[in-house]
Amino acid sequence: MRIEDLPIEAEPVPGAVPAWHAVVPAGQLRDLCSRVKEKGGRLVALWGSDETDRGEGYALHVALVIRSGLVCFTVPLAHDHPRYPGVADIFPAADRMQRATYDLLGMHARGNPDHRKWLRHGAWPAGVFPLRKGYDPGAVHSRVEDRYPFVRVEGEGVHEIPVGPVHAGTIEPGHFRFSIVGEFILRLEERLGYTHKGVEKLAETMTLAEGARLAGRVSGDSTVAYAWAYAQAVESVTGTEPPAPAVWLRAILLELERIHNHLGDLGYLGNDVALAFGFFQFWRLKEQVLRLNQELFGHRYLMDVIVPGGVARDMPLAGIEKLLDLASHLEREVATLRGIYDEHAGAQDRFIGAGRVAPSLAAELGLTGLAGRASGLAWDLRVEYPVPPYDGLEVRMATHRNSDVAARVSVRFDEVLESLRLIRALLRALPAGDLVVPLGGARPGSFGVGWVEGWRGEVLIGLHVGEQNRIRRMHPHDPSWQNWPILERAVIGNIVPDFPLINKSFNLSYSGQDL
Amino acid sequence: MIDAAGIAFQIVQSVLAVLIGPLYVGWVNQCRAWLQNRSGPGLLQPYYMLARLFHKEPVIAEHASPLFRATPYVLFGCMWLAGGIVPALATDLPFAPAADIIALVGVFALARVFLSLAALDIGTSFGGLGARREMMVGFLAEPAMLMTLFTAAFISNSTALTTIVETLAHREFAIYPSLAFAAVAFLMVLLAENARVPVDNPATHLELTMIHEAMILEYSGRHLALIEWASAIKLFAYTAIGIALFAPWGIAEGSNWSALPVALVALAAKLVLAGAGLAALETVSAKFRLFRAPEFLSTAFLLAVLGMLIHFLGRG
Repeated sequence: MRIEDLPIEAEPVPGAVPAWHAVVPAGQLRDLCSRVKEKGGRLVALWGSDETDRGEGYALHVALVIRSGLVCFTVPLAHDHPRYPGVADIFPAADRMQRATYDLLGMHARGNPDHRKWLRHGAWPAGVFPLRKGYDPGAVHSRVEDRYPFVRVEGEGVHEIPVGPVHAGTIEPGHFRFSIVGEFILRLEERLGYTHKGVEKLAETMTLAEGARLAGRVSGDSTVAYAWAYAQAVESVTGTEPPAPAVWLRAILLELERIHNHLGDLGYLGNDVALAFGFFQFWRLKEQVLRLNQELFGHRYLMDVIVPGGVARDMPLAGIEKLLDLASHLEREVATLRGIYDEHAGAQDRFIGAGRVAPSLAAELGLTGLAGRASGLAWDLRVEYPVPPYDGLEVRMATHRNSDVAARVSVRFDEVLESLRLIRALLRALPAGDLVVPLGGARPGSFGVGWVEGWRGEVLIGLHVGEQNRIRRMHPHDPSWQNWPILERAVIGNIVPDFPLINKSFNLSYSGQDL
Repeated sequence: MIDAAGIAFQIVQSVLAVLIGPLYVGWVNQCRAWLQNRSGPGLLQPYYMLARLFHKEPVIAEHASPLFRATPYVLFGCMWLAGGIVPALATDLPFAPAADIIALVGVFALARVFLSLAALDIGTSFGGLGARREMMVGFLAEPAMLMTLFTAAFISNSTALTTIVETLAHREFAIYPSLAFAAVAFLMVLLAENARVPVDNPATHLELTMIHEAMILEYSGRHLALIEWASAIKLFAYTAIGIALFAPWGIAEGSNWSALPVALVALAAKLVLAGAGLAALETVSAKFRLFRAPEFLSTAFLLAVLGMLIHFLGRG
């Protein structure tokens, strides 16, 4: 069928997510991307796959948002020297995804000005592509030299500060290269990939059911979002409809995850301006949520509760009461703390105006999720394409136009309160019944997709099925791919000591984008 | 006149300054913890930390010069000297003539110069970053500090700290509006000079925001222990200067054995109050954006100058 006015024939992807899939020739890719961009669409994810074992070449997969939902293009590429026209000039966010695709699969993006490696850090030599089918996962490489040419800024008084990947605090590893004059940041360049674990390669050794645990561990703080997105993808390829009580519980879990992450971040933001009071108060509240998670669902961070076909465990009956109590308790406390943050001149002086991403730039670069909503990009998957149970909840989107740290703080506060409202509404209408249904069989070669608005932004899982219900290729996509490059822009013109605060206000995932 | 009692006072104060510094820091941290609804690490934590650091092997950068190794000792020596000569217990100490306010500011400046040079010496980017921020804070804090002390010096017509304290302690009932301005200015300088919130954050792990901590990132083992200890003595010395200038009551005058217990109790009580006040101030403040620090210290300087002008106007 034709989809909107794109000149292609697309098949609807079954399942909860409004998605279409189409095979398009490489020559048409750029034209399609430009058309989508003109209509206000944007890039969600870009990944590759090796099809040589099936007697074909390679394939590039591009997921884009259009008005009607998600459209996934598969572009078949040649067996020898797989090349495709790069789209980073149309969607700037594609740059790092294309470079990562080269590092893992040797698929070359023509016309991409940046040919530096992205995920390869010397753990395997150039010319070896670990995601290719012929690659032996047990292969051991001696470390090769890891040279990465950063862009140098020249001029009088300009110097560089290298920060990381080992930091003074216990945080994830990433390298930040600042070019500064005095305290002013002229340019920031990130180097990520230090936590590359080979998640995608590992997935290819698993069955569809086994993959759920792995998907839930791509980025630990978004485990619910990943697990749900993975479950959607598996349900899409197996034609399984998860029972209503399971879907309701999933939404409760997702909102709990949003709440505890936002509470943690609000505490950290206080800590970064030396307002230790805020840090301890918010972390006290976060701890209460985590303990209730443990009590009701058996895991503080809610890992492995969502499984393809439903949810793995029921909430104890008393859980409804306890969650409602927690909701009213949090609502009071968060409102009080918000008042304190809002009226604290010292904190507001640090928050306001720091790390601005002008809405026009944010739109141009494809900022997404929470950071996007704080830059005037009113887009929330729960509002745009609500899957059950969100379709009956009328989620109120939190947005802000100021695009600075203060705006991202404000959006977090709004989202915590909205999530509490949603949890209440979900608990009131919690249906009874089975929590999990057995999975059907999946047709080899079929493609499924999962797409969930996690606390950080939209998490996407692209799933290609192999023989006997095994995973052929699984691509988990974190919104941090889109937002990391924009952090580089957000800090320009700010001063060096404000960077940690700006960074924390985005709080992006390293593990999620390093894979 | 130097007699046995005077020497005893001097020894007690010198030992006290070294020993009480970490306890005072422990008290401030404990109060901060209480104000943040935490149970806190206990008063003795700084001592445990020093003991642990002294047991660790110091690791020194390959290209470090002797200056880098010498700095912890210089720092500790400067702060011990300052802590020993500030009239905290008694005014008539044998070393008291050394406690000239200009010399005192000089001792602190010497420590600052050595620490900054040591930070630059090993050539890491954070050392340089910290050193230049420290210099920015220092060159504004020093004049403000001097102006504050001069305001007090004008009242007693002497730059010797002992004379100032004796004069102020004797005229209990006189009201000095000029001193009120000087006290606020002094408090602001104290916060900046001791790397406290809102100018610096002693508890941060964010290397890009540090001032004092950035300079000592490369120190470890006994070197770090000495620096941490020196910082504790410095905080004590600054507080003792503040107490001596603005709340000198109870201090032992002359070499009088019987005054020692009273002086000790008075000092302890004032330190408890000062520490709690400092913790309260730190708890309610957020750290400034770095470039607010100059405004903050210029305000301190302005207040000190105002205090001085008020003194002259009041006299005329």
